[in-house]
Amino acid sequence: MRLSLPEEELMNSGHMACQGCGATLAMRYVLKALGKKVVLCIPACCWSVIDGPFPYSSLDVPIYHCAFETAAVSASGVKAGLEMVGDTETTVVAWAGDGGTFDIGIQALSGVAERNDDIIYVCYDNEAYMNTGTQRSSATPYGAWTTTTPVKHFKNRPKKDMEAIMAAHRIPYIATASVGYPEDLFKKVKKAKDIKGTRFIHIYAPCPSGWKSRPEDTIKLSRMVVQNANFPLFEIEWGEKYILNIKPKEKKPIDDYLRIQGRFRHLTKEEVAFIQEEVDKKWERLLANVNGS
Amino acid sequence: MGNHALSYGAMLGRSQVIAAYPITPQTQVVELLSEMCADKTLDATFIKVESEHSAMAACLGASLTGARTFTATSSQGLTLMHELLHWASGGRLPVVMGNINRAMAPGWSIWSDQNDSLSQRDTGWIQFYCANNQEVLDTVIQAFKVSEKLLIPSMVILDAFTLSHTYEVVDIPEQEKVDEFLPPFKPEITLTPDDPHAFGGLTSPEHYFELRYKLQKDMEKVEALIEKTGREYEKIFGRYLGIVEEHLCEDADLIFITSGTMGSTAKVAVDELRKEGIKVGNLRIKVFRPFPFEIVRNIVKRAKKVAVVDRNISYGHHGMFFQEVKSAVFGQTNGIPIFGFITGLGGRDITPSTFREIAQYAQEKEKPEENIVWIGVKK
Repeated sequence: MRLSLPEEELMNSGHMACQGCGATLAMRYVLKALGKKVVLCIPACCWSVIDGPFPYSSLDVPIYHCAFETAAVSASGVKAGLEMVGDTETTVVAWAGDGGTFDIGIQALSGVAERNDDIIYVCYDNEAYMNTGTQRSSATPYGAWTTTTPVKHFKNRPKKDMEAIMAAHRIPYIATASVGYPEDLFKKVKKAKDIKGTRFIHIYAPCPSGWKSRPEDTIKLSRMVVQNANFPLFEIEWGEKYILNIKPKEKKPIDDYLRIQGRFRHLTKEEVAFIQEEVDKKWERLLANVNGS
Repeated sequence: MGNHALSYGAMLGRSQVIAAYPITPQTQVVELLSEMCADKTLDATFIKVESEHSAMAACLGASLTGARTFTATSSQGLTLMHELLHWASGGRLPVVMGNINRAMAPGWSIWSDQNDSLSQRDTGWIQFYCANNQEVLDTVIQAFKVSEKLLIPSMVILDAFTLSHTYEVVDIPEQEKVDEFLPPFKPEITLTPDDPHAFGGLTSPEHYFELRYKLQKDMEKVEALIEKTGREYEKIFGRYLGIVEEHLCEDADLIFITSGTMGSTAKVAVDELRKEGIKVGNLRIKVFRPFPFEIVRNIVKRAKKVAVVDRNISYGHHGMFFQEVKSAVFGQTNGIPIFGFITGLGGRDITPSTFREIAQYAQEKEKPEENIVWIGVKK
């Protein structure tokens, strides 16, 4: 049998993730693509806990647990330091959640991207502050319940378009990925590894405890979200060239996806229809970008 | 200028990664370092970050790999870094940073006072306060050595404009001699895939306490190390840094306790007052953290009265040097009156006549009647 991913595991059992955690799968696949010559900079996020408490670590690569808003620039500092002490080989990765990327870390990330510092930035996106118990972030989608957007006051603003923001920085490589498509994710990380400059990879990573979904639905959700074009898989080179990686043969409706997540349970038919409209518009915009490049 | 003295200190110390953000009155520090990096006078990577917070974050990441790191800031920039100052000391990362003392807004002020750096006093950084440009340069080089030996970061502090922008003749040591004094930074454990560790992860009550205990225990070694390092430096370069500078304290009835450039002004005032037969002396404190309790106590013991002059204030309390001096001598000086003066906030000039006024007040009063005596304020 030919394996589509390397057998070597750099993430070990004994980590502290919840059942069905998408962020854990993301790390496992990304490390398979990057290999051992890696340094991770992890700010406050689920992964600052998942890795395990001092003095343990579930990863076979070194980690710098850095301050919440500093993932990107900590990685820049590490990269500069390694080069100055004679290590030009190691890939330095900032590994942050959506809060650390879309919200509190966006300033440092923008600075790194504008300078095109030579790092890979991975955002594993579980669409809210999950480590603190499901508070809304600017990555939380329209309509979602969180503990700070209660059902009566669900989130009434769309998810921030992080790819567009990063594209505006004209960095060499941007990719979206989903833990439901490990080969695609693997391929993108491999590609990113060989590029110099700031590379941004945005990984969709379900959180059963925060989304009120079943742990066994994590893979299902991370495939559905691609098939219904709510989280399409694409790449952007130098902020201009858009490449669509998976084009659903038939774009699925959003409601099946929403229905299996408790965080959307309160939505009325009209609200679901509105979400569908927004997904369609976003999809059309992406297709226009893909066709135009 | 003082700012360039910082740059030369960073260059001679062979800083490897510099990350900084511009703020008045620090800009010349980073402008000169940018040029040094650009023309390869200094083999360093300069990361031109988008904020002071990121400046410190980049230095911390680089320091963890074993690179020597330097940054400089002031006032709002320093206080923006506050979170990461704790990170530096807690992570035992020996970053050396220049800070130009500038008053905190609002209202906007670019002029000197010490509230920016003194409000960082509990962050676990060594704090050096300088009085002239030579001292700035010499302190940076020594700070690298002290910091890297004990893995505690250092702040080299100078007054806005009165030092940062004032030109003085400075002896720039030869690189070879500096290299002899300051070997490359080689920490035992670094962030590298060759020997993977997780740094700074979740630390339970089982372990955290000991980490802080160790930081304090090493902080307690700083004073002796500054002394030793200072003597080594003196042997090569002929200048001794030290913890405090005494000026005619031996037989003084009244001792001024000062810091930064006002310490030089105080010396001028002391000389003038001595000519008039008033026996005053000046004790300039060069190292605020760790605070030199014993040294201060032993000098203060000789005086009849002590006047602590603060260019800072802890609101709801007193001047911060005043607090420290009182705590240093508490219960051990047989009730020598210690007066606390606050002056020069927001860059109002401190001149020899300021010290005359202070001396006059201290002479007239038998003991302090209030905890803050304001000098030069329009009440």
